[in-house]
Amino acid sequence: MPISSVASSDGHELTISIQGRFDFGAHQEFRDAYEKVAVTPKTYVVDMKGATYLDSSALGMLLLLRDHAGGDNARIRLVHCNSDVRKILSISNFEQLFQIS
Amino acid sequence: MSEPCTVLIAEDNAADRLLLSTIVSKQGHRAIVAANGAEAVELFAQERPQLVLMDALMPVMDGFDATRQIKALAGDELVPVIFLTSLTETEALVRALDAGGDDFLSKPYNKVILQAKLGAMLRMRSLHSTVLEQRNLIAKHNEHLLSEQRVAKAVFDRIAHAGCLSAANIRYLQSPFALFNGDLLLAAFTPSGGMNILLGDFTGHGLPAAVGAMPLSEVFYGMTAKGFSIADVLREMNQKLKRILPVGVFCCATLIHLNLHQRVLEVWNGGLPAGVLCRKDGSQQPLLSRNLPLGILEPESFNDHCEVFDIAEGDRILLWSDGVPESGNAAGEMFGEERLLNVLKNAPHEHLFDQLRAALSNFTGEQQDDLSLVEVAVVPEESLPWQSLPASASTRQSPLDWSAGFDFRASTLQAFNPLPFLMQWLLEVQELRPLAGTLYTMLTEVYSNALEHGVLGLDSALKADANGFAAYYRERMERLEALEQGWVRLHFDHRMEAEGGCLTIQVSDSGGGLPAAAMAVANAGTPFAGRGLRLLNELADECWRDEADGSLFLRVRWQR
Repeated sequence: MPISSVASSDGHELTISIQGRFDFGAHQEFRDAYEKVAVTPKTYVVDMKGATYLDSSALGMLLLLRDHAGGDNARIRLVHCNSDVRKILSISNFEQLFQIS
Repeated sequence: MSEPCTVLIAEDNAADRLLLSTIVSKQGHRAIVAANGAEAVELFAQERPQLVLMDALMPVMDGFDATRQIKALAGDELVPVIFLTSLTETEALVRALDAGGDDFLSKPYNKVILQAKLGAMLRMRSLHSTVLEQRNLIAKHNEHLLSEQRVAKAVFDRIAHAGCLSAANIRYLQSPFALFNGDLLLAAFTPSGGMNILLGDFTGHGLPAAVGAMPLSEVFYGMTAKGFSIADVLREMNQKLKRILPVGVFCCATLIHLNLHQRVLEVWNGGLPAGVLCRKDGSQQPLLSRNLPLGILEPESFNDHCEVFDIAEGDRILLWSDGVPESGNAAGEMFGEERLLNVLKNAPHEHLFDQLRAALSNFTGEQQDDLSLVEVAVVPEESLPWQSLPASASTRQSPLDWSAGFDFRASTLQAFNPLPFLMQWLLEVQELRPLAGTLYTMLTEVYSNALEHGVLGLDSALKADANGFAAYYRERMERLEALEQGWVRLHFDHRMEAEGGCLTIQVSDSGGGLPAAAMAVANAGTPFAGRGLRLLNELADECWRDEADGSLFLRVRWQR
């Protein structure tokens, strides 16, 4: 499951892109995508354009990222969510924790 | 160079035997020799060599039969058999393979090729034994895991089934090991004869998903038995899970409270698929997720607000975990929410659960191990057993001769439910324990009367229809939030009597207490919105109104 991350040129923003199924199998890769980076970003973007599926462990991973990024002070946007992904996020009311578009 | 091992050489020609054993020995292996197939089988059984060089044509028993027998004796273990043959016909080579041969070596023997083949076969053998070892290890681990799960499940079943899942109005479908997929279904009677039901779904699978279930069910059962509101139960569950679970592990849950007496359904859903309230008249209302799951938010940010619905006898509430819509069939399709809602829309009201279950098993064709489905029917209060608390194990003397008064003022009325604490105190009188349900119902009734009508000035006539019902509870919330003054006073007095004891409860409020007319109507037995008063009349041994200040008196007696 290919997950990649790219930092903006000023290092202030890290974009993590998800491809395919976002589930427990992606656990280590997702963590590496924000832990093993040289920059300390102020904001995070999780790009769901390529994500076909998202399960509750993926929600857990998003919470881990949120914790890593400062908990209640974290600034994380989830972008390019398709309608299935958006539905799962909204059943869990994750729009209260993340900026979803 | 491979590790030294024992090589069995079966060859009827003495010169070839000698040649072969010399080559084998020079390679550092031990050679044992047999002159025919029968000797070879016998020697194999005795010495268990690791590799066999087998001549095809021998007297007494040929190499094909001997190979078959040796392979059978070897069982799971791989003992490579290399056929020594001058045979060149395809058919004979095929026979050798059929008999279980692994390779050939043609005569005349070439030393270098024999050495290479020995090495290759022994490498294959060691690879095979590693695989075998790992397979056995995995099987052992798996068995161990399953037996651990069985024990954990037995312990857990004892806790989970402390509840009332077996009550006549509950039907459910849950795979036996759903717990290890994180699913949790709990049900318990409240002291007032209502019911709390929780359907939960922890993130993840296996043990991590199951561990949170223990504290959650403890809070659920403990607090439900003591009569806490579901908002209180939810706050406690959330803060407990938040405290003990690692970030990223949480519990999607729906908690409902069925108040059969007042015909009220309270619902809180955080992260589970919307359940459905299926009314007897065919209309349906979704029970939507409006909150984050349990165990994510800090206690300060947690929202315990519940939705309130009026319910009638025969209504059914259906809840399910996401395992239901996500159930797959052989073609990899999912059952899906649409199919599910269609079944609910079209099934006859009495058969909702059965038809949903049938549709699921028709679709998937086999049992799914990751789903929970529950149906709760609204039934008459009397049809369910009342829960009486067992006498506590403590041998302490009951407090029998006392009185105590409580004043609850505005800010307390807004944010605090005093009933569980009052009950806990009352039940210190061991002799009152068999009356716990009665007492709790009486207290709930008088407290909400005093608060809603006395302090907040709400008119219960508003509750006559469904719209009014919703308006009533909205109004109740708004007035309570805006409350600046007002009070509810409860006074308890317990005394000994010749044959037992007697508890007197006096209730008054800042709104002037009970209107005289209400009591008169209730006493006359007229059907009137003050249903609560008639109930109090039935439950209490005596019930009267003080003419001077409108306070209500209730008296309950117990006998030795």
